[in-house]
Amino acid sequence: MKRLVLVLMLAVILMVSAIGVVSAEEATNPPGVEQVTVAPPASPADPAPDPSGAATLAADPGIALDFVWVLICAFLVFLMQAGFAMVEGGFCRAKNVTNLMMKNVMDVAMGSIAYFAVGFALMFGADKMGLFGTDGWFLGGAFYDVDKYKLFIFQLVFAATAATIVSGAVAERLKFSAYLIYSVIISAVVYPIYGHWVWGGGWLSTLPYGMGHLDFAGSGVVHLIGGAVGLAGAIAVGPRFGKFGADGKPKAIPGHSMSLAALGTFILWFGWFGFNPGSTLSAHELRISVIAVNTNMAAAAGAVAAMTLMYFKTKKYDIGMTLNGALAGLVAITAPCAWVEAWAAVVIGLIAGVLVVVSVLALENMGVDDPVGAVSVHGVNGFWGLISLGLFADGTYGNYTTDGPFVTGLLYGGGSGQLIAQAIGAVVCLAWAFIMGMIIFKVIDLVHGLRVNPVEELEGLDVYEHGTPAYPNFWIQR
Amino acid sequence: MQKITAVIRPDRLEDVRAALEKKGYPGLMLTRIEGHGRQKGVSQQYRGREYTIEMLPKLKLEIVVNGEDVQDIVDTIIDAARTGNVGDGKIFLSPVTEVFRIRTGAKGKEAL
Repeated sequence: MKRLVLVLMLAVILMVSAIGVVSAEEATNPPGVEQVTVAPPASPADPAPDPSGAATLAADPGIALDFVWVLICAFLVFLMQAGFAMVEGGFCRAKNVTNLMMKNVMDVAMGSIAYFAVGFALMFGADKMGLFGTDGWFLGGAFYDVDKYKLFIFQLVFAATAATIVSGAVAERLKFSAYLIYSVIISAVVYPIYGHWVWGGGWLSTLPYGMGHLDFAGSGVVHLIGGAVGLAGAIAVGPRFGKFGADGKPKAIPGHSMSLAALGTFILWFGWFGFNPGSTLSAHELRISVIAVNTNMAAAAGAVAAMTLMYFKTKKYDIGMTLNGALAGLVAITAPCAWVEAWAAVVIGLIAGVLVVVSVLALENMGVDDPVGAVSVHGVNGFWGLISLGLFADGTYGNYTTDGPFVTGLLYGGGSGQLIAQAIGAVVCLAWAFIMGMIIFKVIDLVHGLRVNPVEELEGLDVYEHGTPAYPNFWIQR
Repeated sequence: MQKITAVIRPDRLEDVRAALEKKGYPGLMLTRIEGHGRQKGVSQQYRGREYTIEMLPKLKLEIVVNGEDVQDIVDTIIDAARTGNVGDGKIFLSPVTEVFRIRTGAKGKEAL
């Protein structure tokens, strides 16, 4: 079992590195790609690699501020891993908490190595036909450079976020070893390839509608990818035992700690102040204050909308849905956060809060078991976030830069061009992630097995998979 | 000698204990239990779905007393534990054939 994981991981790394070496030799700089989407204002010809940073600093002493800004934001985004761990742990039962903590630790660890070896090169290496990058394997060669490393650490924590979203959707029944295999593949291939299409100069960013498909901090690249792969995982592995009664009606399976779920939501909300404003990749774009405000307003509106809707439905102030509502607002504002003003962020968040409640209940009624609401929070609202950009962009911010030409959405008289670009990107993102997710989980199911056996599921994964209960001194309901 | 077994609401414990203390009862055993009588379960909500908790948390007090004190102690417990709502609990009596004090080996009334 363990050998299989290692062999698979090595095989993927070696295969993609081999492709990279071959294609790096023939790679020339394609003239069509002058659109540097995420990289900071770069000179047309890349300067020589600067591993010490001395030359970079000498060329522009002010750049130190950008480095500090991006690194601090990357560290904030890293903290979101703790947020995901707490939300998922809190919304699941005590008998599976060790397993969830291990999954949340190991998707960062496995994902870091996979993204370092393969993913970053596929995403940000020299573009090949708008489809994938072709150099920078293992951060070697010209990528041994302070600027590249800065971009890498920021992008790495984003890749880890996409990977960790899925663990919630497949929680309490997916084999740990299957999860390790999945984490390598999503971080090495699924996330970086789509990321290249949007942020690496790929074909979605150069669509002939509006300014091409735009996604500021990753409603699509990070959240819809994670949510759609999560949906595929939840469908492939099937619902938890006891989620649906003999009549097929969904039943509540209460999570073991609303304190942890709320703590996790606060950590995520806080981390998002790195996720969105940090995505300017520059402290010299003072738009960061607008982005920070939008981020907060959407989260607040999402929580208010979800709580209110649940109150009208059940006459109770439901904490699970309210926490999901705040996260839904955050996910939705992630794509448009740089292009909209505060009132629009509130509207986007309110709609996100409604969408998440409707989606959680609808998915359950369709027989899909997503214990923490990951598909509804990240998938549905990632999609909504991409679309909302095409509606609410107000013409004050350009193509990932404060300089014009500016992005204007449908409601500000910019016509439907940007909206079309957003819709194309959203549908492509959903299709790519869902289909890749289905293939990954179905293949793992065939060659390795996807789900723990029924005894293990009833007793809890903690003792069977890890030998360690999460709360050994407490009586745990099975 | 009789054993009084009283199932009460967890939040009534302090009043019951204080009332018993005034009577000079010999001592009590306390067990945290779950169960239900006519009250049945309560309904709760999680992420918009209702579910029922069939078993409710209760406390079980056990007190062994001399036969002549039984009615007094029972009345004391009833007074202190009653709220008047469904779910106040029940009291059972059962005979006890002998009592030993472990420290001294004494038995019978002395040992209580």
